[in-house]
Amino acid sequence: MSLYLVLCVLVMAVFTYLPRMLPLTFFRKEIHSPLIRSLLYYVPYAVLAALTFPAILETGGQLLSALAGMLTGIYFAYKEKGLVFVAAAAMAVYYIVSLLLY
Amino acid sequence: MNDFAAGCKKGLPIALGYFPVSFSFGIMVASSGLPLGLATLISLTNLTSSGQFAGVSLILSQASYFEIALTLLMINARYFLMSLSLSQKIDQKMNTLQRLIVSFGITDEIFSLAALEKGKLSFKFMLGLIIVPVIGWTSGSFVGEILTDFLSTDLQNAMGICLYAMFLAILVPPTAKFKAVREVVFISALLSVGLSYLPLFNFLSSGMKLIASTMLAALYGAVRYPVGEASL
Repeated sequence: MSLYLVLCVLVMAVFTYLPRMLPLTFFRKEIHSPLIRSLLYYVPYAVLAALTFPAILETGGQLLSALAGMLTGIYFAYKEKGLVFVAAAAMAVYYIVSLLLY
Repeated sequence: MNDFAAGCKKGLPIALGYFPVSFSFGIMVASSGLPLGLATLISLTNLTSSGQFAGVSLILSQASYFEIALTLLMINARYFLMSLSLSQKIDQKMNTLQRLIVSFGITDEIFSLAALEKGKLSFKFMLGLIIVPVIGWTSGSFVGEILTDFLSTDLQNAMGICLYAMFLAILVPPTAKFKAVREVVFISALLSVGLSYLPLFNFLSSGMKLIASTMLAALYGAVRYPVGEASL
């Protein structure tokens, strides 16, 4: 493995770790502002929504397979089937549709 | 059951969901001609999805260290928010070393499950919640690198949807139950779609689009439906 590659991995690791580490390690005060507390309460939901859409439809470059996989995922997630089942079902449906259509 | 075991138990579904995603990462790295072992090394030291994929595409284009650092910082800036949010949720007695260790494990999924736990988060619980997914994530890349030549492209594509399906599994139930969450989720998704597809916003990096969508939607929720002291 070349020095360039090793240094690239190091740079990636450092700049992934820093934003994770700084607030949790150095911010020890309790936040009392209701606005900021509410903001932080909604962040997980908002960030997951923005991460999922529209990226889920661009998976593998096959719109219809991705759409079928997404609807399957939403259905089983709504039924509260759990992480693994939802992921496996969405993947299986994506695969079947891609075999049929592409 | 002690906290560590409870954390491991919560971490297991994340690890199983991670496996196919990092598996496809291993395939992507190995099939692009980079040396064997690189994908596993990256997964072990980075523990993140979008940042790793972006980092490798930059490596393939022979990018400078500065470009890699800047891109990763923008993609990973969301972790800053998550880390700040967790700083309010962890056991305040955690010492600096424990905080440094827990920080390494802040991923979208681990953070989401931790944030939705009831009560304060102990170090042992977090350790279990992190270690099991780290094993799933790293071993997935390792197996992916080794099996690269044996898988069809269709199957490789299908694995790509696992990450987002996991997001749906976490996101959909509270979205269906709570009106405030539902509105925040819809607004964030709409903003994200708009920022991604309107040419007007081409100047924003994907990381900046993510942060803008997240912050605006969360701000809407905070103003429209403020939460009390107890709910964080």
